Amino acid sequence: MDTTARILAFITNRFPQAEITDTEDIFSLGYINSLFAMELVMHIEKEFTVTIPNDELRIDNFRTAKAMTELVDGLRSAVVR
Amino acid sequence: MTQQLAPTLDRAYARSFVDSEIRPEADAWDRAGAIPEELLDRIADAGLWAPFLPVEIGGSGIGMVTLGEIHEEVGRGCSSVRSLLTVHTMLSWALQRFGTAAQIQQWGPALATGRTLGAFCLSEPGAGSDTAAITTTAVPHKGGWLLNGLKKWTTNGQRADLFLVFAKGPASTIALLVPSTAPGVLVNPIDDMLGTRSSMLAEIAFSDVELGPEALLGPSGFASGMVLTGTLDLGRYSVAAGSVGIIQACIDACSAYAAERRVGGTALRDLPLIQAKLSDMVTDVRAARLLLAEAGRLKDRGDAATIMATWIAKYFASTAAARHASEAVQVHGANGCSPEFPVGRFYRDAKVMEIIEGSTEIQRMTIAAEAYRKWEP
Ligand SMILES: Cc1cc2nc3c(=O)[nH]c(=O)nc-3n(C[C@H](O)[C@H](O)[C@H](O)COP(=O)(O)OP(=O)(O)OC[C@H]3O[C@@H](n4cnc5c(N)ncnc54)[C@H](O)[C@@H]3O)c2cc1C
Repeated sequence: MDTTARILAFITNRFPQAEITDTEDIFSLGYINSLFAMELVMHIEKEFTVTIPNDELRIDNFRTAKAMTELVDGLRSAVVR
Repeated sequence: MTQQLAPTLDRAYARSFVDSEIRPEADAWDRAGAIPEELLDRIADAGLWAPFLPVEIGGSGIGMVTLGEIHEEVGRGCSSVRSLLTVHTMLSWALQRFGTAAQIQQWGPALATGRTLGAFCLSEPGAGSDTAAITTTAVPHKGGWLLNGLKKWTTNGQRADLFLVFAKGPASTIALLVPSTAPGVLVNPIDDMLGTRSSMLAEIAFSDVELGPEALLGPSGFASGMVLTGTLDLGRYSVAAGSVGIIQACIDACSAYAAERRVGGTALRDLPLIQAKLSDMVTDVRAARLLLAEAGRLKDRGDAATIMATWIAKYFASTAAARHASEAVQVHGANGCSPEFPVGRFYRDAKVMEIIEGSTEIQRMTIAAEAYRKWEP
């Protein structure tokens, strides 16, 4: 599975009723609370073995699966470099 | 020159520390309404304030499963001391997770040794479970922050050196590190609580407290709620551990008492109704300990499932502790109501566990949401 699919799988596992695409704003769905935000960040860090620095914990980085994918890819390439 | 080997910080180590330094005095501290300064120093000497902090900043780098075991042991001896560890743990963890390198350098080493003690300031006279209702404000001011508001029920507020204060910021709730010595901070002791009576609670007023930009801990904006969520998660984990300790303390007290006390020529321990109480305590302590260990293992793996696992462990352990502490008093009869036996303290302390770090009602509301998730073994 690619990064986007893995992120989407985590979200739909939590919210089976959600039918989301990779460009859909997950915050507009109405069920994101701080508990899920924390779970999402922890999950991304573990799943992709990255550490998300404080200044990347911005809402725009987490709005869509696509944005999260870009964040992960950016952090991974920073590690490789 | 003899070189001293650092002890292994584990359950056995904490157990012997608690049995020699804490358990014998806990009732006296409960009556005095304070933990003596010497004990705080001994906890520091024993390296138990924040042993999960990394070795680089002076901690011992122990994992969360072991931390849970240590907090269980401390909770078995004295819930008030465990409460001091809990709030210190919350602040220290938040610093390590969300702090900048400069913040970690400034506060980390002193928190690791316990030279600086931390406390957690969220609740207010008008806001407890409803954390969105806090009215303390932090407004941008001279490049830093101006803090105003009143916090209540701050565990160790009377003694702590550094407060983690949650306030309404420009866009959302933010967390600030506030030294107790900052001008405008006024600490008012709260005495005579029902339980955890020696945990040195305080009401803390912040009046035009000027703070530098470095006081802000963690991100502002959408993720600032994570500082609170993460910090409460650690607090909940510690309270779950402490609740397991209370149940174990009830078992220890009841098994000793039931072996001695005789009614109608029979030892209490041989009466089926008393055995029923003890069997439930033994079963629940094991279940609670397993739930706690599972939450700890998930934390050590960085698995997001730890957050729900911790809610469940705390809900189970705290409600079981309240139930069994009540039965422990029952087993002791009038003696259970007297200051000569510790079970009265367990009973009062256990009730507090159902209120702090997410009350039983809030736990149930949160855990119910789990039922609607897809279950994956
Ligand atoms: C000994 C002790 C130590 C403490 N230490 C600290 C500390 O260090 N730092 C800190 O910030 N706070 C601390 N607290 C405060 C504690 O966090 C709060 O008491 C707790 O969050 C509950 O808030 P409350 O007391 O305002 O009760 P409320 O929120 O007013 O709740 C009252 C009752 O209503 C229930 N309730 C609330 N909302 C709902 C709902 N939506 N649906 C159904 N029922 C609901 C609650 O479960 C409770 O039974 C401490 C409290 C105690 C007793």
